Amino acid sequence: MTAEEAVGRIRSGMTVGIGGWGSRRKPMALVRALLRSEVTDLTVVSFGGPDVGLLTAAGKVRKLVTAFATLDSIPLEPHFRAARERGDIELTELDESMMMWGLTAAVHRLPFLPVRAGLGSDVMTVNPGLRTVTSPYEDGEELMAVPALRLDVALVHLNRADAQGNGQYLGPDPYFDDLFCEAAAEAYLCCERVVATAEFADAGGPQTLLVKRHAVTGVIETPGGAHFTSCVPDYGRDEAFQSAYAKAAADPEAWREFTRRFLSGDEERYRAAVAAFGREGI
Amino acid sequence: MTGGVTRAEYCVVACAEAWRGDGEILAAPMGAVPRIGARLAKRTFAPGLMLTDGEAMIVYGDPEVGGPEVVEGWLPYRAHLALVTGGRRHVMMGASQLDRHGNQNISCIGDWKRPKRQLLGVRGAPVNTLNNPTSYWVPRHSRRVFVERVDMVCGVGHDRAAAAGPAATRFHDLRCVVTDLAVLDFATPDRTLRVRSLHPGVTAEAVREATGFPLDIADDVPSTREPTPAELRLIREVIDPEGAREREVPS
Repeated sequence: MTAEEAVGRIRSGMTVGIGGWGSRRKPMALVRALLRSEVTDLTVVSFGGPDVGLLTAAGKVRKLVTAFATLDSIPLEPHFRAARERGDIELTELDESMMMWGLTAAVHRLPFLPVRAGLGSDVMTVNPGLRTVTSPYEDGEELMAVPALRLDVALVHLNRADAQGNGQYLGPDPYFDDLFCEAAAEAYLCCERVVATAEFADAGGPQTLLVKRHAVTGVIETPGGAHFTSCVPDYGRDEAFQSAYAKAAADPEAWREFTRRFLSGDEERYRAAVAAFGREGI
Repeated sequence: MTGGVTRAEYCVVACAEAWRGDGEILAAPMGAVPRIGARLAKRTFAPGLMLTDGEAMIVYGDPEVGGPEVVEGWLPYRAHLALVTGGRRHVMMGASQLDRHGNQNISCIGDWKRPKRQLLGVRGAPVNTLNNPTSYWVPRHSRRVFVERVDMVCGVGHDRAAAAGPAATRFHDLRCVVTDLAVLDFATPDRTLRVRSLHPGVTAEAVREATGFPLDIADDVPSTREPTPAELRLIREVIDPEGAREREVPS
């Protein structure tokens, strides 16, 4: 399917989980398709990177569930930062491990999972709805009950997939992409290349087969679809482009120009504009 | 006399000392000086330490050296979080704000609902502080960092852990705070910050002046120890020949 078809399944007001981590292996082609859509009022669950920044800047996000937003080599995500300082978005700020256990609880169809993280911190203060749970065993410990993070839709990007929705990652870290897919009612998997199932074995061992087809609704082939975030070993982060993004984000006029140049057309136009940018050798 | 040792080099040695005696655990440094310190510790008095490449690999050897880096293990995010909660890790985190009880903030400055300055977010600070030994690195000791009250408690300090109950205090273990001026710890009856040592050339008055709450400094407070000639050679020639330490703590 195409990125447009996948995004066409997303309705305003839905909860959308986005895979990857920071500025690494983000399903940016799907994020860009979302930017071009009419969808709005989203709740986004993400280990935040430029996905959060772009969707926030475009006014698509009502509520964000995250532990951070960063561009890695640029520590702070400029659009996330600006949106928070303007009071534009609702935030559910959780600890990283609470995010992981919230997704895991959803995968296992549990209402919550107990963790220590969060106790004593202002994560509890700023999320007054969070509850604790008392261990029924002799220790009697009172722990944080991390609520399940159930998703309407998950969007992830992997290196390879087959047409059935099996996904293979070839980089060093799976992040939480399989959890995102399994925690969601529908998951859309974009990949660098759709391959015949028999080709998986040539690229890596069975442990690289991260996402299984039962958890995937649609597969989209988007070469360069994680750009400008990294998708190793296919490509690293486009640092020059990322700096241009961060620089433009700091100024409304520059951001309008950036949007016009890179984000106003389809994915093919985006790739052409990025190629032209690369030739400028900035 | 300092014998040409820079402030950054004292900081590296002080950070390295944070991991002394930790055994076979992951040293998780954040920032250039702690990273160099962890590598110095591993190459000298703490050979059991495990180090990462900053992403998903546990590496043996040193990526700062031109020679080959050997991967000895795989540590993707999920496994890293398991190591945190299993306690086999000692993290040295940064702090945008830190109070006398060891509460740390890296999330935002001002009112959380609409912050004056949005920073990174809580990240893993809540899970770190409740589960594995935690130290802090503050490259510029100032009243902006050392505040009476942090705006958002990300890393949990002693008072907040105690108030949250036994599940919060069970594995809570704040070790030390290394700054460009001094090494601080919580070895006081009420487990609030005190100065353990002053870096050579730094006066008690300078540290008090740069701290946003009253700070007790004993009259006989020792100096941060000198690096040995072998340690200096390792720092300068092997671990950090590019001088990243001097950019983080300018002389």
